[in-house]
Amino acid sequence: MIIWMVIGMAVVTAVPRFLPALIVGFVTFPKWVDRWLNAIPYAALGALIFPGIMSVKPDAPQVGIIAGLVGILLAWLNVHIIFVVLGAITSVFLMTL
Amino acid sequence: MEPQVIRTTASSTRVHMIKKGMIAGFPIMLGYLPIALTYGVLASRTGMTNLELTLMSVLVFAGAAQFLAVGMVAAGTGIIEIIIATFVLNFRHFVMSLSFVNRLKGVALKAKLPLSLGLTDETFTMSALYKDEAKEKYGGLFYASLILTAYLSWVGGSYLGGVLGDVMPARLSDSMGVALYAMFIGLLIPSVKKDFKIAGIALLAMLINFICQTWGMSQGWAIVIGTVLAGFSGIWILEDEEVTE
Repeated sequence: MIIWMVIGMAVVTAVPRFLPALIVGFVTFPKWVDRWLNAIPYAALGALIFPGIMSVKPDAPQVGIIAGLVGILLAWLNVHIIFVVLGAITSVFLMTL
Repeated sequence: MEPQVIRTTASSTRVHMIKKGMIAGFPIMLGYLPIALTYGVLASRTGMTNLELTLMSVLVFAGAAQFLAVGMVAAGTGIIEIIIATFVLNFRHFVMSLSFVNRLKGVALKAKLPLSLGLTDETFTMSALYKDEAKEKYGGLFYASLILTAYLSWVGGSYLGGVLGDVMPARLSDSMGVALYAMFIGLLIPSVKKDFKIAGIALLAMLINFICQTWGMSQGWAIVIGTVLAGFSGIWILEDEEVTE
């Protein structure tokens, strides 16, 4: 049973991933579509960060927010991304002690 | 990053691109391992075998959907509902893939297809930030090695989590839930520092996503709509990359 669920999940995940590779080869996009697609990473990052980050500790949304602010501060100081991640984990750990 | 050494032979350029991809993928590995471990632990607690939970990582390779599926299995939800929920949650990768393959114009289709299968939120963003490699020789190898680094750490971490069972203290795995968000922040901020207008695109996406979820839309569709609509603002905000073509 589980195996069919896994296969079904794999199919519905794979198709949207590879379909664009087939489409893009055949059409040339106008400039504005290129600009739109270039903005997608930044838009996606925004949508992925918030409001999801508030669910780090679902009963205390401020924990995620504060950890996020710690991350922003560290990243702003040009700290390597690995330490941005570790800093945020540490701050959540300390806040939930 | 690394010193740019001009290589003369093709094989050393290839090795160089593979190494570069691994280095770019390393932060993803760091973000994935704790999450994958947590996934493995949770999945084994719901009664999935190590083979099943690892196979899910091998074939699906999408963290949020896998957590959702484990939660729904635990709640006794039917298979069809789980598959539909996965589709809704992962449809955002369609938009990301469109943006991704549009960058890889110089890469052959037979390489683009497998690369697109390795797209996740993290591999997509990381490769978007290393966009110049797409124009370099053996650029496809760079992205392949970046994605493989992420993929192997996700699959390996899942299996390890399944084996470890409930050895990991809950408080530690809970704290690690912030890792991927922190990585997204760490990826976004350098671009914002270079061009403040990028913060506008990201904030708009946050706002749209938040409003959609407040209205009761599922998380997956809200992310898709936030990404697509806020991306449109880039049409006016971003400048053309004239030099690239």
